[in-house]
Amino acid sequence: MSISTYQRRRTTNALMLGFCAVSAFLAVGVLVLILGFVLAKGISSLNIDLFTKMPVPEGEPGGGVANSMVGSLITVGLAAVIGIPIGIGAGIFLSEYAGPRLGDVVRFTADVLTGVPSIVIGIFVYGLVVLRMGNFSALAAGIALAIIMLPIMARSSEEMLRLVPQSQREAALALGISRWRTILSVVIPVAQRGLVTGALLAIARAAGETAPLLFTALGNRFLSLSATGGPIDALPLRIYRYATGPYSEQHQQAWAASFVLVLAVFVISLTARLLLRRR
Amino acid sequence: MGYEMRVEREPQAAVSEGEALAGGVVVRDLNAWYGSFQALRGIGLLVAPRRITAVIGPSGCGKSTFIRCLNRMHEVVPKACATGQVFLRGEDIYAPGVDAVEVRRRVGMVFQKPNPFPTMSVFDNVAAGLRLNGFLVRRSEIAETVEKSLRQAALWDEVKDKVNRPATELSGGQQQRLCIARALAVEPEVVLMDEPCSALDPVATLKIEDLMRELAKEYTIVIVTHNMQQAARVSDYTAVMMMAEDRAGEMVEFGNTREVFTNPKDRRTEDYITGRLG
Repeated sequence: MSISTYQRRRTTNALMLGFCAVSAFLAVGVLVLILGFVLAKGISSLNIDLFTKMPVPEGEPGGGVANSMVGSLITVGLAAVIGIPIGIGAGIFLSEYAGPRLGDVVRFTADVLTGVPSIVIGIFVYGLVVLRMGNFSALAAGIALAIIMLPIMARSSEEMLRLVPQSQREAALALGISRWRTILSVVIPVAQRGLVTGALLAIARAAGETAPLLFTALGNRFLSLSATGGPIDALPLRIYRYATGPYSEQHQQAWAASFVLVLAVFVISLTARLLLRRR
Repeated sequence: MGYEMRVEREPQAAVSEGEALAGGVVVRDLNAWYGSFQALRGIGLLVAPRRITAVIGPSGCGKSTFIRCLNRMHEVVPKACATGQVFLRGEDIYAPGVDAVEVRRRVGMVFQKPNPFPTMSVFDNVAAGLRLNGFLVRRSEIAETVEKSLRQAALWDEVKDKVNRPATELSGGQQQRLCIARALAVEPEVVLMDEPCSALDPVATLKIEDLMRELAKEYTIVIVTHNMQQAARVSDYTAVMMMAEDRAGEMVEFGNTREVFTNPKDRRTEDYITGRLG
C-alpha cells in the first residue's frame, strides 16, 4: 500500500471520528446549554415570589406564577391518575394476554398515537370534552395529557412485564393460582420498578406539553383548584403567554418559569433512570 | 447383560389399574401438540399412589411435555394443546368443564430451575399458594402450614432463623427445597418434578433424592429425569420414552424400576440404558 493511500485513510478516519465525537458532544451538551441559557436569562426573576405570588397586571413589576405551578400539578396529576392505570392495563394486555396478531395491531396503533401531533390531541379533547361540558377545565387538560401519556405508558410497561421470566408465571400457575392473581401478585411486583420508571417518564413528557393545553385548560390569571369549574393555568401556558407578550418583566418571568419546568422534568427523568439502575 | 445399574429400591408389584384409578393417576391415549407439531403420541401410564414413578428417555423425547400434561400446564404455552384422558383419583382432568386452575392446585409441580418468587421472603413464598388462592385461612394457620411444609421439605432447620429474609438469599439447593415446600403447602394429591436436580450440585441432589423418598410415604410423585442413575436410585417404577420417526414422543417401556433396568423388554430401552442410544 502506498504511503499516500495510507495517509488518506488515516485522515478520513480521524475526520469521521471527530465528526461523531462532536455530534455526541452536541447531543449531550444541548441539555446543559438549555439549562444554562434559561437560567442566565431568568435568574433575575428566579426568586421566592415566583413560587408564592400570583401574576400581576401587565406592566407592573413583581408577582409570580404560583397559580401556574399549582395548575400544572393539578392537570398533570389528573393526567397521571387517568393515564397510568389505563397505560399499565394496556401494557398488561399486550404482554400477558394478546395473541401475536392482535398484539401487533394494538402495538402499531399505540406507536401511531405516540406520533400524533399534540395539538391535534388538544383539538380532539376540545371537541369531545370542552364543548360538551361547556367550559374549559383541568379535567379536559388532564384527559388530553393522559392521551399523550397513554401510548408511552403502554409500551414501556409491556417491555418491563416482558422482562419478567416465564418461569415466575409458571411457578404461580402451577400452584393453582389464577392468571389474574399471578399477574397482580407475582409478575407486577417483579416489574414494579420498571413500571414506576415508565410512569415517571410519561409524567415528565406530559408536564412539558403546551399545545394540548391551549384548547383544554386555556389559562387563567387566578388560582383555580377545581377540576371541572373553568379554565386553569399551567406552567407551559404561562411561559407561552409571557414570552409572546411585549413586557420585559414578563419575558424574564417566562425564562425563570422555563428553568423551573426544565429542571422539574430533568429531575423526574433522572429519578426514573436511577430507579431502574438500582437493583 | 454386561452392564450393571445399581437399583436400590425393592422390586414393586406391578401397578394395578384399580389402585392407580383409586389413588394415583391413570393416563390413557395422551397426545400433545405444539401448533402442528405432535410432541406426544398415544401415551398410556399407570401411576401408583404413594410411590415414585420416574420418566426417563433421551433429550427431546417429550418427557417434560408429558409431565406438564399431568397438571394441564402444557396448555399454558401459546398454541399448545393436548387430547386424551388423565384420571386423577378417578376423575378425568381433560373432561369438558374441568377447570385447569383447580387441577393445578391438586397436582403440585417443581421445575428444572429453582424459581422462588424473588420479591417475596422465604415465608411468603411458602404461603403464596394459600394466600393467592384466596383460601380464607387465619394468620396462625398460615404460619403452621408454612412451618409444616418447610419441615416436610427438610428445610426448616436451615431457614427457621431467616424466614423473613428474601428467598433469593438461599443457596440453589435450598431454593429448590423451598419450591418443594411451596408446592406442598397447598396439600397437593400428586407432586410432579421436572428434572428437579439438573441445576444442582451432587450434594444438593442427594438431599433432594432423600427428600423424595421421605415424601413418597405420603405423596404420589412423578419425576422426569435424564439421569438414569437417579431414576434407578429413587424410583419404584420407571417409564421409558423415545422419539418416533416423526419426533413425536412415545412410551416404549413401563414397569417396576428393577425390572426396567435389569431386564428391559424393549430393545431401545436396553440400548438407551446401556448408553448405546441417546
